[in-house]
Amino acid sequence: MKFLGFIVVCLTGALLLYGTGQFPAWGDPGSPASTHLSNYYIEKTVEQTQVPNIVTAVLADYRGFDTMFETSVIFCAGLTCFLLLRDFTEKKERFYRHRPTGVILHVKDSEKVLKVGKEFEHIDKDFVPSDLIIKTVCRILIPFIQIYALYVVAHGDFSPGGGFQGGVIFGSSLILLAISYDLKTLVERIKEKVLGIFAAVGVLIYVGIATICMPMGGNFLNYGMLAPLLPGDPRHVRALGMLGVEIGVGLAVMAVMAIIYINIVSEGRHDEGL
Amino acid sequence: MTDLLPLIVAKYNYWLYVILMMIGLYAMIAKNNLIKKVVGMNIFQTAIILFYLSIGYKKDATLPIVEVGHEGQEAVVRALDYINPLPHVLMLTAIVVSVATFGVAMALAVRIYQRYQTLEEDELRMRLSEE
Amino acid sequence: MDNYPVLIVVTPLLAALFAGLAAWIEERLSYPIALIGLAISTFSAFKVLMRVIASGTIQYRMAGWAPPIGIEYRIDLLNAMVLMLVSSVAFLNLIASYKSVEQETNDRAASFYTVYLLFVVGLLGVTATGDLFNLYVLIEITSLTSYAMVALGDRDRAPLASLNYIFIGVIGASFYLLGVGYLYMQTGSLNMADVSRILQSHQGSSIVLTAFILCMIGLWIKMAFFPLHVWLPNAYSYSPVAFSRVVAPLMTKVMIYIMIRLMITVFGYDYIFKTLHLSSAVVWLATIAILAGAIMALAQKNLKKMLTYIIICEIGYMVGGAWMGNQLGMTGAILHILNDALMTFAMFLAVGNIVYKIKDVDLSNLTGLFGKMPWTMAGLVLAAFSIIGVPPTCGFFSKWYLILAAFEKGAYQFAAALIISSLICAVLFFRVFEICFFNTDSKDHEHGNGHPQIKIEEAPVSMLIISGLVSLSLIVVGLFSGTIVNTIILPFLK
Repeated sequence: MKFLGFIVVCLTGALLLYGTGQFPAWGDPGSPASTHLSNYYIEKTVEQTQVPNIVTAVLADYRGFDTMFETSVIFCAGLTCFLLLRDFTEKKERFYRHRPTGVILHVKDSEKVLKVGKEFEHIDKDFVPSDLIIKTVCRILIPFIQIYALYVVAHGDFSPGGGFQGGVIFGSSLILLAISYDLKTLVERIKEKVLGIFAAVGVLIYVGIATICMPMGGNFLNYGMLAPLLPGDPRHVRALGMLGVEIGVGLAVMAVMAIIYINIVSEGRHDEGL
Repeated sequence: MTDLLPLIVAKYNYWLYVILMMIGLYAMIAKNNLIKKVVGMNIFQTAIILFYLSIGYKKDATLPIVEVGHEGQEAVVRALDYINPLPHVLMLTAIVVSVATFGVAMALAVRIYQRYQTLEEDELRMRLSEE
Repeated sequence: MDNYPVLIVVTPLLAALFAGLAAWIEERLSYPIALIGLAISTFSAFKVLMRVIASGTIQYRMAGWAPPIGIEYRIDLLNAMVLMLVSSVAFLNLIASYKSVEQETNDRAASFYTVYLLFVVGLLGVTATGDLFNLYVLIEITSLTSYAMVALGDRDRAPLASLNYIFIGVIGASFYLLGVGYLYMQTGSLNMADVSRILQSHQGSSIVLTAFILCMIGLWIKMAFFPLHVWLPNAYSYSPVAFSRVVAPLMTKVMIYIMIRLMITVFGYDYIFKTLHLSSAVVWLATIAILAGAIMALAQKNLKKMLTYIIICEIGYMVGGAWMGNQLGMTGAILHILNDALMTFAMFLAVGNIVYKIKDVDLSNLTGLFGKMPWTMAGLVLAAFSIIGVPPTCGFFSKWYLILAAFEKGAYQFAAALIISSLICAVLFFRVFEICFFNTDSKDHEHGNGHPQIKIEEAPVSMLIISGLVSLSLIVVGLFSGTIVNTIILPFLK
């Protein structure tokens, strides 16, 4: 298998290199790839859409149809992780730690979480004492990360950024919460149901905005037709449409990142993990 | 050999991407551990991203974000000044796809580990043939 | 301006999202939502098909941008036929699988419907699109959903089968993506028609040759063409019945469609058959694929596994036909996409009914089925006749075209392989019938009164009706083969 694999890999590499033989020089501004469509996008984007970030404009408008399915791919990944891993049977073992003495109680076969007083805490199986410095630093950082994420989504039209990037940053702030405290904290703050609904609603915002364009008299995704519905300068309607779909994308990506993380680290139980 | 060297240097980005792709593909075909295969898959997809981004590069050009003047006084946009935006858009999609595949593959690996307590392919094959 | 082309793809997507929401709010709603979504989609596909037959190719511009700038849907006769096929098979299967989904994925039915719909969205989108990169994204949607579906099947073996499917699927899709990258390097465009126009002046380029090889290998991996088929049998036979009934007839056929689309629309006949001369090599490969698929099917002891190897054999027919390089071959391949999808669907519907009653479909467990499930077995027999190629059923006609094409080209080995594989299929199915017909339970024979009491235990009515309908459609499509060829396939090939 190893030898066969090596031969296959070498053949593939040779084929790919053979293909690059006639490529134009690297970075040649006159190559077909950099002239045919690219020039149109660079020269016309601002005029047609009022969005200075060409990548965002191509992503959410010219090739917005791709991006819609790309968001569906993300939704699908989250759904798959949920479908494959989620295990609704609760573990019956629980651990409680007596704070003043550090004694750990191991309760076997308890149907639900016991009500315990202030001096006990419900802990994971492998107890790691929480680190004051890490907790404090993360507690300070997380709101800033989230604000930055919102900025990246909202400012995607003008600077590098957009729905995916912002969503990933927001999702990572949630993951940071789970790592610095524990998984229970995250799951208690944001319920699984909320995440599931966010993921579907995010994609729905995208598809919804695209679909509304049809009864308004345009083709699918033609934001230009939304002008009567939106306030402000009608020239900016495409930019607003893009902002709308980016928000949807951000929402979906944020939720799916958290769903994938929670399900994989806790093997679908949503009780404890990394 | 003397002919090959300038060829490699002139297009070293493509050579690098091919090497990266070969590493990933080899890991996917020949490695025994499933997680190593998943990582190989990721390397493979990253190599493709590298390839597309080097298509989009233009000499002496900058990021494809147009500087708009105030009050809509737009300067003339010259295509030569900005790199090709299309490969970047395509790769944003490809990155998302590769993340999604990675997540699903990881979830499956967890499922397999739950069931068989191992991720080595030969051991898995042995366990399967025993049953 | 009417939006039917995009509605075909978007309504299932919307339905999938609403079904996903319903999974969290009110689970029972998800099934009707899915049904409505696919019904609208099928209706739109029918409208589009009629429109295309009446007035030619439809172009639909996404977001209103003209083709090379934006993404377009370009629906001609071939697309329209495959769209109609995919949406109606998916719709009928959804009706038939309510009970078996309940049985197999008890508490996750709502999520199951969501993934099912997304899978159908992927297949429909792949078929409708006129953009090379959009095609890749949608292939990935179909693949991701099928990984998920396969993994939901058999508790023990399915996850591993699915993970192997992921590795091979990713290699296939990535090869295709690399091919698109090389094409983009040469042409600077992603729209199929535009790429094809620019390629006219780059016939000898090594970039185009590499792109062509990469795309073809990627698609062959995805469609499980013989030496690259290893993932298919496990993935399809361990997946849940409701899913294997839709993936087995549709997935490989849609991949064949993409191959034909790339060959005809993007690279062009002249490039493939006049510049490259690859035709006879690929026809030989297809010949080997047919024989290998048939022989491996002979070695199987499980009904589902046996059928998956027959699928591999059928892929050989279609690839061989498409690469024959003459009009008859292409006609046969396209007709066989339709026929094979229908007969595989009929076959898997019948098998699904059996699985619903008998969990394990090892051949040895099938004894006495003719008595227990007469209607299901009638469907199975019709589907089997069609796969073998018995005249009034549709399987015969496409094989006839393929054999004629092989004689016209002088590829006698292909014709021989086709006939041999049909004979092997006949042997296979008559073996199955024999097992099913004779009740070999020794207890019954000991009674000695000749007629042991057999209790009829049929599958639910909804499954039976669909199964019967599809089986009858095999004969109907068979009788109307000439009409289909004359109104859809020949005008397309002109």
